[in-house]
Amino acid sequence: MGVINKFKSNFSKFFTKLFKKQNARIGIYGPPNAGKTTLANRIIRDWTGDAMGSVSHVAHETRRARRREGVTIKADSSSITLDIIDTPGLATKIDFQEFMAQGMDEAESKRRAKEATEGVIESVKWLENLDGVILVMDATEDPFTQVNVTVIGNMEARQLPLLIVSNKVDLPDSSPSTIRDAFPQHPMVSISALEGKNVETLYEEIAKRFG
Amino acid sequence: MDLISEHRLSEMAPVEKVRFIIDEVMSGKILVLEKGLSPEEEASLIEMTMTLIEPDGFSGIEMESYPSEVDTSFFGKILKKNALKTRLTVIGPADQLKTLKKDRDMISALVSASK
Repeated sequence: MGVINKFKSNFSKFFTKLFKKQNARIGIYGPPNAGKTTLANRIIRDWTGDAMGSVSHVAHETRRARRREGVTIKADSSSITLDIIDTPGLATKIDFQEFMAQGMDEAESKRRAKEATEGVIESVKWLENLDGVILVMDATEDPFTQVNVTVIGNMEARQLPLLIVSNKVDLPDSSPSTIRDAFPQHPMVSISALEGKNVETLYEEIAKRFG
Repeated sequence: MDLISEHRLSEMAPVEKVRFIIDEVMSGKILVLEKGLSPEEEASLIEMTMTLIEPDGFSGIEMESYPSEVDTSFFGKILKKNALKTRLTVIGPADQLKTLKKDRDMISALVSASK
């Protein structure tokens, strides 16, 4: 069996080189403030020592998609090299007054709102160019949001792998079981991207799902 | 509020559906779609909505659909790409329709006549 496995491995490497196979592109999706960039930073920092972008409690902090190529994630049983795309938060409505409520002036709020709409468009367009999605949900919020339903539907329609991350389990009112009950057909990992809680399990699942 | 039958929407191309919904919602209507939209059409609708948002004007839509179901019928399995069954969907202007609660089989929403 060892000889056969070695042959299969060499054969696979040969074809990978021959056709210059690209890394799987994995998009990190979710509603605003679910912790997408915090998770992207955690993954990038853990495996490259770098960071992806700035985080904030104000919604739509990430207004341009960011891609980090060639991130190799090693789990106990396997490793995988991915291109990770941190996408702006998806939404169906954006009101500049919500930014004003956070203390920004009117001109800045309108500029942010405009950039946020462009960010959502970019996120939607990326959906067509991915090999899989990590869908980040805030475990303290209702999981049945339209954003979650639409992203899951798109992955199911394209028959692409999806991993649900139930984030913010460090908060006392988090309820990962609500997310699991809402979408039982997909694998889910509960983590705190901020504190790094249970990220090893996440990396195992990433290697399993997207490998 | 308009209740749109599956038959009415099925006669339209995806781009026509999205345009129709946007036009109706921007005119202040709330639509209940008997059979909803495909996930790709929902994504297109979000994309087009974003292009039309204006400060002090249209702020977007409220859209609520149930999670789609996998079609396990014989034809559903054969037509793998279309093996999702879409379900009832409510769409309205964000300043007139507010979702109060939603779960797998029920949507509670608040509709206001004035903006």
